[in-house]
Amino acid sequence: MGYVAVKGGEDSIKNAKKLIEIFRRENRLAVDQVMGEGSLYAPKLAELAVKQAEGDLMEASFLIRAYRSTLPRIGYSEPIDTRDMFVIRRISSTFKDIPGGQILGATRDYTQRLLEFEPSEEVEDEGEQSNDAFEYPPKFEKVVDVMRKDGLIADPSEKPEEPFDITRDSLQFPLPRSARLQALARGESGAMLALAYSSLRGYGSVHPTIAELRVGYVKIKIKHPYTKKEVSIGEILVTECEGILSGVGVTTLSEDVKFSIGYGLVFGQNERKAISMAILDGTTNIKEPKAPSEDQEFVFYHIDGVDAMGFVEHLKLPHYVTFQSSLDRAKKAKEVKNEGL
Amino acid sequence: MKGYSYAFLDEYTKREIRRKILKAVAIPGYQVPFASREMPIAKGWGTGGLQVTLSLIGDSDMLKVIDQGSDDSVNAINIKRLVQRTTDVKLTKDTKEATIIQTRHRIPEEDLNEDQIIVFQVPFPEPLRTVEPSEQLTRRMHAEKDYSKIWLYLYENIVQYGDITFGARYPVMVNDRYLMDPSPIPRWDIPRLHNAAFLSLFCAGREKRVYAIPPYTKVEPLEFEDYKFEVENFDGKVCAMCGSDDTFLTKSVDERGNEIWLCSDTSFCEKRRREDGL
Repeated sequence: MGYVAVKGGEDSIKNAKKLIEIFRRENRLAVDQVMGEGSLYAPKLAELAVKQAEGDLMEASFLIRAYRSTLPRIGYSEPIDTRDMFVIRRISSTFKDIPGGQILGATRDYTQRLLEFEPSEEVEDEGEQSNDAFEYPPKFEKVVDVMRKDGLIADPSEKPEEPFDITRDSLQFPLPRSARLQALARGESGAMLALAYSSLRGYGSVHPTIAELRVGYVKIKIKHPYTKKEVSIGEILVTECEGILSGVGVTTLSEDVKFSIGYGLVFGQNERKAISMAILDGTTNIKEPKAPSEDQEFVFYHIDGVDAMGFVEHLKLPHYVTFQSSLDRAKKAKEVKNEGL
Repeated sequence: MKGYSYAFLDEYTKREIRRKILKAVAIPGYQVPFASREMPIAKGWGTGGLQVTLSLIGDSDMLKVIDQGSDDSVNAINIKRLVQRTTDVKLTKDTKEATIIQTRHRIPEEDLNEDQIIVFQVPFPEPLRTVEPSEQLTRRMHAEKDYSKIWLYLYENIVQYGDITFGARYPVMVNDRYLMDPSPIPRWDIPRLHNAAFLSLFCAGREKRVYAIPPYTKVEPLEFEDYKFEVENFDGKVCAMCGSDDTFLTKSVDERGNEIWLCSDTSFCEKRRREDGL
């Protein structure tokens, strides 16, 4: 597995670029996005879907969702602790120095967005990789845990309970947090980005600071049906974002004078969506909604890409009968109006 | 079809949908929430109806699918083909022969009997959505049987336009209890839901609701004593193909560009031309 830890600005950026080149297998991020929105972790199938859909990612997610309907739900995995993540990238914008250090990993964040007319060279300089890659611990303490120890983080507003499963029950408002997080995890990246952006920009008050954004591999464990012991059935790549809902300028605090956390976790590497999710987790937790992004029904009825694309595109179907009905009414209204004159 | 269950959905899902259908039948007109699955056709193109059809269908069934009254419209054919690919069930265009009829926007013109089920594709299950955007509030309004907002809306219609302006999707009261959206069928088809011999199942895939009208149930369109519900008026027009003057017609043009009217129920139109005297 490509695990390279680096430190220092210049080098980090250079190495980040190099990593991107290594990672630049066909449509890696598209595949990740489709697994998230298709709500099925299956890289090979997602790759097939992207290809079959000619790069239309909504269509590809739709193919995955439809295929997903054919699979029975045979069980639930045990909760994942992302503290055990095999990290390939982690950054924090709350503190410069975090326990274990920041790891830039593969990112385009600091690259110049120039079209490369020459095909990029294959990176094969294994020898140049520094050995300090292995000096780092495989696990990292979480930034929010440090803040929690200092009594800065509010407790979750809801008690732990059996999670709601939106694929087995339809949405019932107000939604428990587990349902909100699940809906966000499979929401459409663009729709979520727009709503999250609206809150940052002016229609709302949630503006988080990222305590930690980490990307890496986590093990999926299930209880063995006979031995009842936890067994690992494989690992998945996820992106996790923990945003401190701090506000910018005016500091926002909960009733017990603590910060609340907005949480995002998505399949694959999809940082934009993980951050959007953390913001929308925060906005939809607001008791008295004032902006669209704070209205639970507005957000959760409209972020599902498969729902939205299907219904908007159904307008291409014939509507001869309904339109005939409308014409009839329009004619009648006109007659009534003329009679009245 | 290789690699897929019979009728596409896994058996647990079908069982869930059938249970929700039973609840819907037990409470006529009440919208039962269910966990709609993604189907291989797009939301808004009949995924609700399709899930009901696939949950109910078995080897002994005969399926008819229509869209706007037509068996041959592209979407109807696409749905039929999917059901057949995953079940090998027999297909028919003859309304009388079918055991399950999945439909978008129409009820076939021919009378249906007690052994037939009609499955409606529903875009908007909530008849109160016109007057109230919030689902939490509309559910409460149904629970309290508080339909004042929709009555007020009808009244304002009359004040503003001189008559009730609902075209298709005309709201109906089911069993004197629940206000129900009959799906975008024309008003022409509404009276045929009242005391009907057949079972009507309505399903909205995107909105995740299923509801039903059991056989022989009271179904009344909203109307005032002085402003009555009216079906579409065709001013004595007749079908240019079969000459019918008692079916729902849609406007079209012939080769020379003249306005003509045609039956929207194409299979009945063909049948009439074939069998004189129907």
